[in-house]
Amino acid sequence: MTDFALTTFSSKGKLLQIEYALNAVAKGDTAIGIKAKNGVVLVVEKKQSSILIEESSVQKIALLTDNIAATYAGLGPDFRVLSQQARKLVKKYDLKYQEEIFVQTLSRELAEDVQIATQRGGIRPFGVSILIAGYDEEGPHLVQLDPSGAYYSWKATAIGKQAKNAKAFLEKRYNADMEIEDAINTALLTLKEGFEGQITPTNIEVGVIRDDHVYRILPPSQVKDYLEELE
Amino acid sequence: MSGIFEYNGGSIVGMKGKNCIAMACDRRFGQQMSTITTNYQKVFKIQDNILLALSGLNTDIHTFYALMEKEINLYNLKENRKMKPTTFANLVASALYERRFGPFFVTPIVAGLENGKPILATYDSIGCKSDLDDFQVGGTGGNYIYGACEAFFKPDMSPEELEEVIGQSLVSGCDRDALSGWGGVVYVLTEQKLTVKILKTKQT
Repeated sequence: MTDFALTTFSSKGKLLQIEYALNAVAKGDTAIGIKAKNGVVLVVEKKQSSILIEESSVQKIALLTDNIAATYAGLGPDFRVLSQQARKLVKKYDLKYQEEIFVQTLSRELAEDVQIATQRGGIRPFGVSILIAGYDEEGPHLVQLDPSGAYYSWKATAIGKQAKNAKAFLEKRYNADMEIEDAINTALLTLKEGFEGQITPTNIEVGVIRDDHVYRILPPSQVKDYLEELE
Repeated sequence: MSGIFEYNGGSIVGMKGKNCIAMACDRRFGQQMSTITTNYQKVFKIQDNILLALSGLNTDIHTFYALMEKEINLYNLKENRKMKPTTFANLVASALYERRFGPFFVTPIVAGLENGKPILATYDSIGCKSDLDDFQVGGTGGNYIYGACEAFFKPDMSPEELEEVIGQSLVSGCDRDALSGWGGVVYVLTEQKLTVKILKTKQT
């Protein structure tokens, strides 16, 4: 731990460390989120660098609580740390109020931790953008949390390698009347658009939350059905 | 010092009715045998639909109330919404337990209306919440009030009946307890309004 901050302003008023963190995010595997009227879907690329890797051990969508999950683009270990911190925040809230935390509240509190990493002495910013998807009393939510600590609510968005193309694709395809099933199809279609190679049920991860407030990661067999429907 | 909870004296009672709740408290602020003032507030409106009654050591009544006010104000600002009565009831329990080894010498009662449904919870001084009963008492005159409550209470009373019953129960209890009394205040909360009535007890 040092006394001085590593992230300091450049003469142009930029925080270069955060820009570089965003570069790390832009190199990461694409993740897409779409909010429908009655649910939210998260779809993320899970390309393995070698066929020797045990695919089932890699989990890119983390459950934060029964009705909120998150995925990322960028540095895997940073996401692991943040998702664990998020789980602790959920439990802390639960212990105090014995009530289900709102997605906005969780996002705001997690964003606090992310921002601290851009100002405290001796530590670097987190190298991930996180997509938080949840369904609470207020309805479905999709929130993006950036390395700077800024967070935005989205109707549909993408982060990572294919973010720009995917968002352009989503802008055309998204409509506010979408139901969750349409959203899942659209998300898969969007991911497929910029996918390098063949998209299979095991090299992507799909998570869905519907109005029953329960987050589910779809098993490969279900993902296979959705992919076949796209043909 | 016969007990830290008996030092200032005072009694509170809370009751559930049909889509309404009532809270009542005495008005005495004493120091053992002396009476210092006869208009001490022990029931507080935390939110439009939540009442908090506190009995026990008066300094802790005041401090704990201020702490709960702070919590709910920050919550309203941060979360941009009102707090539900059941959430507040849980918050009180957490806040009390946080001081497990240096507790607030208070026994709170929380009453509220959540979507029209009456909520009533009581606690010991270290946060054991109990929300199972339709009426609860606290303070030095508590046991005397219990007797009157058991006799007069019936479920699903209207706001007017509730006001009458809780008022009578408080007065009976305070008239017997030496450390409670010097007037009573009854609060009745419905979806539409909160009524406050001042009662006379035996002037001793």
